[in-house]
Amino acid sequence: MSDHHHGHDHAHEHEHDDRPGAHGAPLTDIQLRVRALESLLVDKGLVDPKALDTLIDTYETKVGPRNGARVVAKAWVDPAFKQRLLADSTAAIAELGYIGRQGEDMVVLENTPKVHNVVVCTLCSCYPWPVLGLPPVWYKSGPYRARTVIDPRGVLREFGVDVGDDVEVRVWDSTAELRYLVLPERPQGTEGMTEEQLADLVTRDAMIGVAQVKAPRRW
Amino acid sequence: MNGIHDLGGMHGFGPVDPEPNEPVFHHDWERRAFALNLAAGFLGRWNIDMGRYAREHMPPAEYLATTYYEHWLYGLERLLVEKGLVTGKELEAMRPQGPVAGVKALGVDDLPKALRNRRAARMDDHLATPRFKAGDRVRTKNLNPTGHTRLPRYARDKVGVIDRDHGVFIFADAHAVTGQKVPQRCYSVRFEGRELWGPDAGPRDAIYIDLFEPYLEPAYPEGGHT
Repeated sequence: MSDHHHGHDHAHEHEHDDRPGAHGAPLTDIQLRVRALESLLVDKGLVDPKALDTLIDTYETKVGPRNGARVVAKAWVDPAFKQRLLADSTAAIAELGYIGRQGEDMVVLENTPKVHNVVVCTLCSCYPWPVLGLPPVWYKSGPYRARTVIDPRGVLREFGVDVGDDVEVRVWDSTAELRYLVLPERPQGTEGMTEEQLADLVTRDAMIGVAQVKAPRRW
Repeated sequence: MNGIHDLGGMHGFGPVDPEPNEPVFHHDWERRAFALNLAAGFLGRWNIDMGRYAREHMPPAEYLATTYYEHWLYGLERLLVEKGLVTGKELEAMRPQGPVAGVKALGVDDLPKALRNRRAARMDDHLATPRFKAGDRVRTKNLNPTGHTRLPRYARDKVGVIDRDHGVFIFADAHAVTGQKVPQRCYSVRFEGRELWGPDAGPRDAIYIDLFEPYLEPAYPEGGHT
């Protein structure tokens, strides 16, 4: 059991859940239901609990946005890689070893001073797992899925990103099996930084397109 | 289907509510529900489009009142019964009544290969000749199938421009229902915000949607016949 992530009591457990409609109602028996279903499927020989543990460990601790950050940092320091990344994103990302489920067909979108890209999945919650891991709750939530296509600048403002009137906003609704990764602009004042230092600056939100990468005050 | 899952453009949901330093899972049951879905999916009795279609059947009020992994759990239970891996009685009692022939659970040793698979929905490009090319003006059809579709409601009967041809992919609409791998071109289509949302949309907002060729028909050039 590990329901202790928040470090506070259970009353707050659900406040960031992703129910599209409501907030705050307690979950009913869900823990019991999942446990019963798991034991049913194990007893019937349909799943192996050890494989479940490995699946969880893989997506909880091994695959995550650090992968995407390394792709971005490499593109910032290596113009030939950046060119390959934009021409054949799947192959270039695979050069760093990031392949597989929900990342089989990747498209990288470059932000520029004139174009800001942001990614959503209005129909479900498609997300590029090999480079970003599993999606955060807000990405799967009703507000984000409903509003990003109709009011992208409003959504971006809520994330603290004010896109100028002279900048085009491109929203990418991942309705098919293409998975999108935003290549954010490299911040000014990072000219002397190493690839590794740059990767540390790149956030998950910047690679979804709801944040910009900021230079550190001092490094 | 015109389901509750098709949320694009709806009002009334309130602000986006990001959680700082969010954990990958919030509850242990989410971990198990996630892994059960993947592991059961690897049995090969259904595909990813059937998985999405199953979740879309959740009654609308229930969908809105439950979380993401509850949607997954609903879809999983539905598919387990629909595809004959578990009987309705077993699910109700949560007790096994008999074995399933011809299935082998995914083991730990099978995982590296299963998770690093590099081919999913993409098919060979020679299987379908493109009807459209980048720059072509297209109109989305006004389709309201009761089956599965990846043409969102907000983008039906709208004019856009082909941004790029992604190549040939398994057509989700057929795959979700029959399991057949019908090859279809998939395009990224650019729509101006004002085409989708009217005059209140931002003049410099564009929405790019990945659409299968059967959703599209040619549109006359701007200023031409309508």
